[in-house]
Amino acid sequence: MKDLDNEADRREPTALNRRKVLECMTWAGAGVLWTVSGGVPRSLGIVGEAVAADAGAVTFMQISDSHIGFDKPANPDTMGTLNAAIGKIKALPVKPAFMIHTGDITHLSKVKEFDDANSLISQAGLDVHYVPGEHDVIDEEHKLYLERYGKGTQGDGWYSFDANGVHFVGLVNVLDLKAGGLGNLGAAQLAWLEDDLRGRSASQPVVLFAHVPLWTVYQQWGWGTDDGAKALDLVKRFGSVTVLNGHIHQVMQKVEGNVTFHTATSTSFPQPAPGSAPSPGPMKVPDDQLRKLLGITEVKFKQGQQRLAIIDMPLQS
Amino acid sequence: MVIASTMRGPGRARAGCAALIAAALLIVGSPARAADAEVTIDNFTFSPQTLTIKAGSKVTWTNRDDIPHTVASTAKAFKSPALDTDDSYSFTFTTAGSYEYFCSLHPHMTGTIVVQAAAGPAPSQ
Repeated sequence: MKDLDNEADRREPTALNRRKVLECMTWAGAGVLWTVSGGVPRSLGIVGEAVAADAGAVTFMQISDSHIGFDKPANPDTMGTLNAAIGKIKALPVKPAFMIHTGDITHLSKVKEFDDANSLISQAGLDVHYVPGEHDVIDEEHKLYLERYGKGTQGDGWYSFDANGVHFVGLVNVLDLKAGGLGNLGAAQLAWLEDDLRGRSASQPVVLFAHVPLWTVYQQWGWGTDDGAKALDLVKRFGSVTVLNGHIHQVMQKVEGNVTFHTATSTSFPQPAPGSAPSPGPMKVPDDQLRKLLGITEVKFKQGQQRLAIIDMPLQS
Repeated sequence: MVIASTMRGPGRARAGCAALIAAALLIVGSPARAADAEVTIDNFTFSPQTLTIKAGSKVTWTNRDDIPHTVASTAKAFKSPALDTDDSYSFTFTTAGSYEYFCSLHPHMTGTIVVQAAAGPAPSQ
């Protein structure tokens, strides 16, 4: 963490110090507001101001880790909290262009869980671009996921598309995992990514999204991707790279050179901060706190602006 | 950020019991006889992480976590389906050797089953 903070300090010397990186981040140059209190952004007022300041920007949504089918004490009502997340998206003053879901749609890759998730997510009325989490590919050969979300994708479900001048790449890093290892992209996917990026202008903003963080958040809990650095090497020539992940059920952000890394909150249950508990299992919090730790993420981008604005919104402030 | 301490459910006490039972079974079994054994999955950890048994013994893994896990042999000798909370999976080891395994969903979780020949000294590893 120290290195990334130092890096951030160099980039924004007036706005950031080690504490501020975690508590409050303001990128005035890009009109970006990302405000977090105690690790959780909670001020709807600030979100409202950001909306006003960025009127005209195109936005897209990220939701993650719905875990439909999970019914343990950490959240016995994952349908209810996903429904609340969709409700928040529908209530946004500016309709997002589309949505990405960064995996763990279901808890156990069951048909009913996929059906139930879809019945809620489809109510947002948005195109949804998915990548799988490890909970979505439990069945043999991950057929259920690919049948639903694999159309038009390459290999085991990876793909790219362009929207409003931004190049989006959905990566799969939850398959063919190796004993003792972390997330895995694999040689075939990396070769495809290299090909996909070839010839693109370095000034085109790039968004990589995948379930498990592509950077090592906490190796002891498997929170990273073994060959993630190879993917990041392939995008380092681009002027603006945003990496969006889920999996760890909490917001983590770092800025390294031209790359902004960001993990989303879950819509199902929170997980402990790295190393703060015996394991990364679901964290039981008082009922009245749960929805403050769950949420959705809105990302704004404007033509000609390098940085994308990332705003996390809890289900309940 | 952490609002309340992590709650792990009742698994821990049972895990301790299961480990004791497994250990007891190993002690009771004579060197030449197979004895069934248990491995508990709790807090994203296989316990005991290394288990030594006699050939012919059945090992049963039980998941006490709120998150599904699998038991997958690194050499593809065996693989469980996803084990939800309190689900179990058993495999009988008939051939001496060292069997490394991991959770294919959370591959940082690893364990080893050491299978000794049913009679005679353990093979050198």
